[in-house]
Amino acid sequence: MTNWEPILLANVNRPNSEKIETYMRYGGYEALRKALKMTPDQVTAEVKLSELRGRGGAGFPTGVKWGFMPKDAPVKYLAVNTDEGEPGTFKDRLIVERDPHTILEGVIIAAYAIGAHRAFVYIRGEFFLGVKRWIKAISDAYQKGFLGKNILGSGFDLDVSVHRGAGAYICGEETAMIESLEGKRGVPRKKPPFPAQKGLLGQPTIVQNCETLANVPHIILRGGRWYASIGTEKSRGMKIFCVSGNVNSPGNFELPLGTPLKEIIYEHAGGVRRGRDIKAIIPGGSSTPFLTAEKINTPMGFETLQAAGSALGTGAIIVMDETTDMVEVVRHVTRFYVHESCGYCFPCRIGGKRMLSSLEKLAGGKGSMRDIEDLEYVAKGMYGRTFCPLGTGMAEPVLSALRLFRPEFEKKTTKN
Amino acid sequence: MNTRKEFKSPVGGALVDPAKQSMMLAALYIAQEQNGYLTEEAIEQVAKRLGMTPGDVYSTASFYSLFRMKPVGRYVIQVCEGISCYLNDGAERVADYVSKKLGIKLGETTPDGRFTLETVQCLASCGTAPAMRVNDQLYENLSPAIIDDILERLMGEV
Ligand SMILES: Cc1cc2nc3c(=O)[nH]c(=O)nc-3n(C[C@H](O)[C@H](O)[C@H](O)COP(=O)(O)O)c2cc1C
Ligand code: SF4
Ligand code: FES
Repeated sequence: MTNWEPILLANVNRPNSEKIETYMRYGGYEALRKALKMTPDQVTAEVKLSELRGRGGAGFPTGVKWGFMPKDAPVKYLAVNTDEGEPGTFKDRLIVERDPHTILEGVIIAAYAIGAHRAFVYIRGEFFLGVKRWIKAISDAYQKGFLGKNILGSGFDLDVSVHRGAGAYICGEETAMIESLEGKRGVPRKKPPFPAQKGLLGQPTIVQNCETLANVPHIILRGGRWYASIGTEKSRGMKIFCVSGNVNSPGNFELPLGTPLKEIIYEHAGGVRRGRDIKAIIPGGSSTPFLTAEKINTPMGFETLQAAGSALGTGAIIVMDETTDMVEVVRHVTRFYVHESCGYCFPCRIGGKRMLSSLEKLAGGKGSMRDIEDLEYVAKGMYGRTFCPLGTGMAEPVLSALRLFRPEFEKKTTKN
Repeated sequence: MNTRKEFKSPVGGALVDPAKQSMMLAALYIAQEQNGYLTEEAIEQVAKRLGMTPGDVYSTASFYSLFRMKPVGRYVIQVCEGISCYLNDGAERVADYVSKKLGIKLGETTPDGRFTLETVQCLASCGTAPAMRVNDQLYENLSPAIIDDILERLMGEV
């Protein structure tokens, strides 16, 4: 094993970990002091050097995104994505509830780097404790002079406010989130223009995931080069892996990117329940394709998972043992996306319902080979042809299950 | 901006004020607090305050599953139907258990108005599955015994 220590989850198990005093006792807000003595461009350059990529699912290089911010725009915004809803993912909720300052310090540094004086936290409506923790963290930061006017005498001003979503997964998608922040239905916008060109209320806006922002203070304190020394060639730094499903010790594990799936499942998550074999693994949240057990040595990185036929996504690993009914798995996952489709484009709105009805027939033992064909036909038709990635993310698990576990679907049919 | 056509609703000849409109979700939460759901009057109130039509407000509110247009019980039980809960003997199994215990189907409210049973999408508790929510409270690592405990406590609450 390479040398590593947790940075993102270093505090979560300390008593009173959510308090600003606890955070500061262990070096919190030192990175902010350091960042405010640098120029905004130097901060961005350090983040570029770290090769940090977004942890919200899309994996876009963070420093590069900050560089897209138009220098001369008078008003710029930062939006903090706390909408965590991708099935299997439960890392952002943990940090927000147990150590919100680790994100907030990243928010302030990011806002300074991009020249934003307003930041908006968009949090899932279901996260009651998270809302409280965000509000308390922000008000404590104001009291200590880390927010508001002339932060730590630097001349930099920043205000942060918290906005609750109201039960719509699609509002985690950055442009839908912006629509929702504007008080509208969460229907995604066409890109381009990208939010960094024209975002919230028409102003240049950077949207960033909580885990992404939590990395930023460490990059500033210890340097981008240090951060980039962790991980693999295209996947730098630490990552929180959420492990759930049929494992003995599910939970969040912070490890370097590139840690093999096998190590995460067997050494950190306690192995498969009842000593069973693995049938399938979802490596990056429910919209990433399944992997079979023979891919267990794959390193958890962007490029390595892609080569294995899947994706890193949010780093949410769902383990299914040999007894798992894959038709039921796909039915559950599809039902989620059908429920969460915003309804704007028809391949997703209609195609989803049609796939779900085939899956329900098959799962209920009332399906035929025609239903399998129809399922595949619709999934192929949707793939890559939906307005936003949600619809394609819905077709992805269906296609991958049919590719890898087709006989299971066929066994469920009653007639031909 | 959007390529989709933006429909501005003229109220008294004025266009919708984006600053006001961005208060929509917060306003709807406040409006919902009074009766547990959005009454017609509540929607009209919000519309008036934000300078929009009730139709605009209804259109937005109906997009979000946490805004309700119908009365609900005092305790709204939301059972996660997500994949990790399913893999941990949860989802339908928990929903069925609660449903039998309370004698109501999904989407229904007990005749005494105490409980409403619903399903909900992944609650980001997949590592502590199965999970459900009752009003503001999250319950994790559910088992029949734990569910019994929760329901009995809530039944006894005055
Ligand atoms: C359907 C859909 C849902 C998404 N949900 C989330 C989410 O809950 N949280 C999140 O951080 N990103 C989510 N994203 C990704 C965001 O669009 C965006 O890429 C991300 O917030 C950018 O931050 P990052 O670069 O730090 O990852 C979602 C994307 C899609 C297409
Ligand atoms: S793919 Fe689905 S969620 Fe995305 S815009 Fe189309 S209908 Fe909406
Ligand atoms: S699947 Fe139930 S909490 Fe995530």
